[in-house]
Amino acid sequence: MTVSIQLEVNGKPVQATVEPRRLLVHFLREDLGLTGANIGCETSLCGACTVLVDGDAVKSCTMLAAQADGASVTTIEGLARNGDLHPLQEGFWEKHGLQCGYCTPGMILSANYLLAQNPSPSDEEIREGLKGNICRCTGYHNIVEAVKYAAERMS
Amino acid sequence: MYPAQFDYRRAGSVDEALGLLQEHEDAKLMAGGHSLIPMMKLRLAQPPVVIDIGRLDELKGIAEAGGSVRVGSLTTHADIAASDVLAAHCPVLAEAAGHIGDAQVRNRGTIGGNIAHADPGSDIPPVLVLLGASVHLQSPSGTRSVAAGDFFQDLLMTDVGEDEILTHVDVPALGAGTGSAYLKFEHPASGYAVVGAAASVTVQNGRCTAAGLVVGGVGAVPTAVDVSSLVGTDLSDDAIAAAASGLDAEDPIGDIFASGDYRVHVGKVYGKRALAAARDRA
Repeated sequence: MTVSIQLEVNGKPVQATVEPRRLLVHFLREDLGLTGANIGCETSLCGACTVLVDGDAVKSCTMLAAQADGASVTTIEGLARNGDLHPLQEGFWEKHGLQCGYCTPGMILSANYLLAQNPSPSDEEIREGLKGNICRCTGYHNIVEAVKYAAERMS
Repeated sequence: MYPAQFDYRRAGSVDEALGLLQEHEDAKLMAGGHSLIPMMKLRLAQPPVVIDIGRLDELKGIAEAGGSVRVGSLTTHADIAASDVLAAHCPVLAEAAGHIGDAQVRNRGTIGGNIAHADPGSDIPPVLVLLGASVHLQSPSGTRSVAAGDFFQDLLMTDVGEDEILTHVDVPALGAGTGSAYLKFEHPASGYAVVGAAASVTVQNGRCTAAGLVVGGVGAVPTAVDVSSLVGTDLSDDAIAAAASGLDAEDPIGDIFASGDYRVHVGKVYGKRALAAARDRA
């Protein structure tokens, strides 16, 4: 069986036919070529696949593409505007918030959700907000700095 | 990691979902999917048909009426954690919901899916048992409610029948002079509770008039501890420690991370701390 879905991805309308078992992350990566959302643990623990669905940060490895029918999805590819990096992207660059970069798209979308809820979070609130995103390179200090950098520029 | 193939049906109403359940043998209901999809990816569940009830707005929301708070089964953990109504009437439920997983998980996971899955490491079941909540179920033949203490039957087993949908839970509001707390010893990788302790105490004129303690993660279902020895006391640390040490599980669950004996020990420690925190908030 297949399911017809219509959704908006990074502001653009998308129509597709998917198998019911197609996960949102596979749909984004393989059907739409949006490979920013990474596949890490596949068990909804690592957060590398985090995207925004109707503004909420969610783990796209634990959501069916069929469940996203009618939704508005934002991936890392949808954050920059006219070639200008989003303040969070700029922050991760300026503050060296990444090494290998695998966790970064998920980190940035979780941070984006956090800042939408709480525009000036404390260090502790940033760490709590990013609890569902795991970095295995180096740690979280510069990631927290990157989010603070963005929070200042977005306020 | 793909689930096995299945057919997908989306219900537009509770009645339609009940009809689809009748029509398709071994079908599973999916709310947020945060218990079912992981089970399906690991092939621990291979339902031939998934009935998506995630859009049934009639099952969403939190409202207080007549001394209790009704929480629709599709209400997300994020909405429960942020609810002003629950903060005012059942703060321990909001507190426990805020401990679930992480922000992304709380945005999709629902209270109905959580308790229907009945993982022993889940944060919500011990709180519902502590508060004396009732779980409401609907089938083609009508509705019924079951006390939370009877709802959880065994590891991943509940009282939900094959033809039933969990529609909402009713949680009695905590009265004046009652403090409550949920404390969790969290598995560092999974985010599930190794042990979670939910406690409440009522204090009048400096004396305890009622107390409750329910611990999750120790038994297959939430374990109620008899803390009636606290009634009449001034809730000293010693009295609380003695009461919490009454935690006893006949057959505690154990795994590679925490043995049964260890869980019982941690349960006593967290039970004591939860009771003390509840006292300090009363």
